[in-house]
Amino acid sequence: MINRITNSQLWHLILANVRELIREPAVLFWGIAFPILMSLGLGVAFTKKKDVTVMVAVIGREHLVHAPGDSASVIQYFLEKNRAVIKPDKDGSLAGELKVADEKLGGTTYIFKDLNWKQAMVSLKRGNLNLVMDEIKGKVVYKFDPMNPDAQLTYLKISKMMKDPELIIRPSGSEIIPLDVTGTRYIDFLVPGLICMGVMMSCMWGVSYDIIEKRSKKLLRRMVATPMKHSNFLVALITVRIAMNFVEAGLLFLFSWMVFNITIQGSVPALILFFTTGNIAFAGIAVFLSSHTSKTEIGNGLINLVNMPMMVLSGIFFSYHNFPSWSIPAIQKFPLTMLADGVRSIFIEGAGFREILIPSAIMLSIGLVFFISGLKIFKWH
Amino acid sequence: MNQEAVIKVINVQKSFKAVHAVRGMSLEILNGQFIALLGPNGAGKTTMVEMIEGIQKPDSGEILIMGKHWKGNEKELRRIIGLSLQETRFIDKLRVCETLRLFGSFFSLGPQRCSEVMELVGLEEKKDAYVVNLSGGQRQKLALGVALLNKPRILLLDEPTTGLDPQARREVWMILKKLKDESSTSLILTTHYMEEAEQLCDYIVIMDHGTILKEGTLQDLLGKSSADIEKKDEYTGPPRNLDELFIELTGRHLNE
Repeated sequence: MINRITNSQLWHLILANVRELIREPAVLFWGIAFPILMSLGLGVAFTKKKDVTVMVAVIGREHLVHAPGDSASVIQYFLEKNRAVIKPDKDGSLAGELKVADEKLGGTTYIFKDLNWKQAMVSLKRGNLNLVMDEIKGKVVYKFDPMNPDAQLTYLKISKMMKDPELIIRPSGSEIIPLDVTGTRYIDFLVPGLICMGVMMSCMWGVSYDIIEKRSKKLLRRMVATPMKHSNFLVALITVRIAMNFVEAGLLFLFSWMVFNITIQGSVPALILFFTTGNIAFAGIAVFLSSHTSKTEIGNGLINLVNMPMMVLSGIFFSYHNFPSWSIPAIQKFPLTMLADGVRSIFIEGAGFREILIPSAIMLSIGLVFFISGLKIFKWH
Repeated sequence: MNQEAVIKVINVQKSFKAVHAVRGMSLEILNGQFIALLGPNGAGKTTMVEMIEGIQKPDSGEILIMGKHWKGNEKELRRIIGLSLQETRFIDKLRVCETLRLFGSFFSLGPQRCSEVMELVGLEEKKDAYVVNLSGGQRQKLALGVALLNKPRILLLDEPTTGLDPQARREVWMILKKLKDESSTSLILTTHYMEEAEQLCDYIVIMDHGTILKEGTLQDLLGKSSADIEKKDEYTGPPRNLDELFIELTGRHLNE
């Protein structure tokens, strides 16, 4: 029995695909190391609340230090009153440093730097600061992009502090109770999204591009000129890819669990079922996409045509609810959105079989429809 | 030699949009016979071989392999045909032995046959080398080895030595000569090298623009042509080789 299996063409096709995969270091990097690094980078950036430094441009040196005999400006009065340290910076400009400690929200160091308008604009364009302060006739003027939430926050904090310096000592007038409900952190939102994006990328490049490349190298033509069963070729390719996706997702989850203490709150068997149907959906799309062309350049374009809109719109890194409300029903119909929503519901909302049964059926149908349509137009030679 | 025809090509035509690749060709290949389709690039050699391989379908005419059409007999015919396509690239990160085992599994062949083939094509020393690290000649030997795995009744080789250096080309010829001596395999080989056709094949078909210009044994071709030429042209001497014959027939060199 074992001999029969190990001599079968399906077994050898699976072996060939596994060998091809594990012997390519780039595949291991992009499939395993890259998502882990991405989760680490984004997780640290958005989850760990550290002390932050906020730089603000003050147009005009006279607003930071006044000449003998002149009265202090509003900004300077504010800084001096709060014992801000005003000292020359490395580039020769003056910088007033004001530290605001907060145990719950994390401390903030505000640096009020004297810059001329041109320097301020350069720093703004480079993302070094998002707020410019000026003083006209004893009145503080704030200049910032009103559509930038970070700039809005800086403006609100500074303007409030300048009106009520007491806030610096006791920044929160009302009590803040930090929420520690599992699944509410950014990393809890991010990791399921990264896992789903990995499935899409892996199927598109690992199945679609692989088929197109084999066709362009005439290897596909060579293989079908033997008694090889066409179905065995596709089954082996898809099986190995799905197995690899499970490994990649498992490793990313393991890492996230160890570093960020991420847990699966819903049913693990339901997650396995839904993840499998998601893989089938993308494998089907990948076969359809690669069904005809033998040019890798066209394949590249087709894959990006599918990947890019979903990567941007499907709410992998940030919620798709930030998009205009009219577009949300359409976004929710993307396979990646459905997969990410379903996986997130199991990971962070505690969903089980009941909740994912219909989405699983939809994913499976997407996979089968695309797979069968792809096979109908599939160019083997 | 058994005089049974293993391949019959009857008045076959094939066009790609406005290009007439093959224009009404007929051929008969006997059991154990080695045939060369000789002609310059664009002569229609590859299209003809791909139709015999079952990869392309003729627009009209008929192709019979062992008396059978491709339609309805594909599974059976694939088992008795070995082929090497022009410029096939195998999986880069598979070893030579793994590539042979993979293709061997398509014919339900075990490791023993793969070892025999490696020895036959002289790749034993390279059995653990990745395909990507093989030289052009070694890759061509591997392609030939894959084609020979199933001990084919019919072997179809599309320009098996194009791009190889003279030494590597001679090594491929040696393998094919050994095959001719030791088996009853019939071979169709496309080439634009006249020495290859002269060295390996007992029947030569000279093609250009999708038609057969002349066919026969080497002696027939060179002998007959001089008489033909004497009648038509002012040329008096017989052609000394196939290239000269081709120039006389078309006004061009084979490699143009």
